Amino acid sequence: MTADTTTAAAPRAGATADVILRVSGLTAGYGAAPVLSDIDLTVRAGTIAAVLGANGAGKTTLLRTLSGLVRPSAGEIVFGGQPLRDVPVEQLVRRGMAHVPEGRGVVAELTVDENLRLGGLWRRDRADAAQALAEVYELFPPLAQRRRHAGHQLSGGERQMLALGRALVARPRLLLLDEPSLGLAPRVIAQIMGLLRELRDRTGLTVLLVEQNVRSALSVADEAVVMSLGRVVTATSADRLRDDEELRHAYLGF
Amino acid sequence: MDRFVFLTFDGLSKGAVLAAFALALVLIWRAARIVNFAQGAMAVAAAYAAYSVTSATGSYWLGFGAALVGGLLIGLVVERAVMRFVDHTSPLAEVIVALGLVLVLQAVLGMVYGNEFLPAGTPFSRTALTAGGVPLLSRYDLFVFGAVLLVVVGLALLFTRTPVGLRMRASAFAPEVSRLLGVNVGGMLTLGWALASAVGALAAMLVIPTELGLHPHAMDLVFVSAFTAAVVGGLDSPPGAVVGGLAVGLILSYVSGYLGSDVTPMAVLVLLLAVLLVRPGGLFSSTVARQV
Repeated sequence: MTADTTTAAAPRAGATADVILRVSGLTAGYGAAPVLSDIDLTVRAGTIAAVLGANGAGKTTLLRTLSGLVRPSAGEIVFGGQPLRDVPVEQLVRRGMAHVPEGRGVVAELTVDENLRLGGLWRRDRADAAQALAEVYELFPPLAQRRRHAGHQLSGGERQMLALGRALVARPRLLLLDEPSLGLAPRVIAQIMGLLRELRDRTGLTVLLVEQNVRSALSVADEAVVMSLGRVVTATSADRLRDDEELRHAYLGF
Repeated sequence: MDRFVFLTFDGLSKGAVLAAFALALVLIWRAARIVNFAQGAMAVAAAYAAYSVTSATGSYWLGFGAALVGGLLIGLVVERAVMRFVDHTSPLAEVIVALGLVLVLQAVLGMVYGNEFLPAGTPFSRTALTAGGVPLLSRYDLFVFGAVLLVVVGLALLFTRTPVGLRMRASAFAPEVSRLLGVNVGGMLTLGWALASAVGALAAMLVIPTELGLHPHAMDLVFVSAFTAAVVGGLDSPPGAVVGGLAVGLILSYVSGYLGSDVTPMAVLVLLLAVLLVRPGGLFSSTVARQV
């Protein structure tokens, strides 16, 4: 575990050259027709990569395949230098990958505190888990005020904070984030994007951010990947996609 | 009045056992969304294990321990070897498999131990202690109350105060999210079955000596009463199961005391029917809307 913490805390400049996630030829789906076809993707450590695209482009399935919830029919996923094929879903959090699913996945019946503790239960070191929990409460003061509230009593923004905080309790190296802006007010979205930027700069966290809200995503992303109908149609720097009107028109329609 | 007091205490004592058995049903319902119709037969199997151990060693308590350990193991095997492979998309499949399990277990027990009632002893006297000439509770009744109370409090602490309990609850409510957080959801399910089966075995050990004795069908009627108690309590709520168990125990005691014991089985079914008609979600059903 110590090794993981050191990597996560490493200064950003030293880590940028490292590729933390490499996906090649990834094909996956739920039935006969593949939802993802031949996806190639590279994410450098300490960056935020936005995965953009219309509904049904396969963005969520991409994240679900990366975290092992969907088994690929072909292709390879290499995370932190190690292939992920046949690694059980339950093991990924121990390897430093955290997945905040679409719809946030807050357990409505459990309290805020129980939800957060759940994120650290895999740790053997109790003191370390308690420390990580305290850090998350510090990061999200509204959650600290609502420790004993049940998940279903929270507002949309608080739920997103809870889901995010619960993932951070694991001190991941790579955070897979599925549509964090869904159903939230612009002010709350800006808060969350700001937090991602801060975590990247301060702790070297790598984020793979799936978003429909292109403007918000591009406001924090370093890299952008545009998907359409299960394929990657372009992968470029976020700045370029933001500034190049033609490119935006061609791939994002605005 | 004396009769009423006696029937009340008797009902509470019966109800405590029903509460434990209903609790076992609720445990599996919460963990797996299955009404375990095989629970009676599984519990009887554990009670037969106790009978063998007690016959061989002459010790009630060794047999009692064997029933609890046997219950754990039976639950574990049933989940790992049978229930895990049942198609969970259709509730009917699970019910049919559970009923099949009942037939198999009862047939095997009948073949091994015979289909006659075997005597089941108690560790304490069943003679009622009197207060002012009114017979109230026997020492055995006190033992039953104590054992059930221990189980109820123990389970409550397990679920609300320990990491394993948190894992089990999270696995039941949100299996996929729990897996992403590193929880071994399959293992928690097995543990849930094992625990429930052990609680069921305990209930069987407590109730069988107060009825006709050990028999492959000894828990059939108890199952119906406990199922009614669990439904009264809302099937999802452990406190509901306890209150439901005590309530059903009282009603059965009054019915058999004032109307005659022939009517008792009928009374259970009428009660179940009434609850399902009036409040199908149970009296303790939570109204929390899930919106994730």
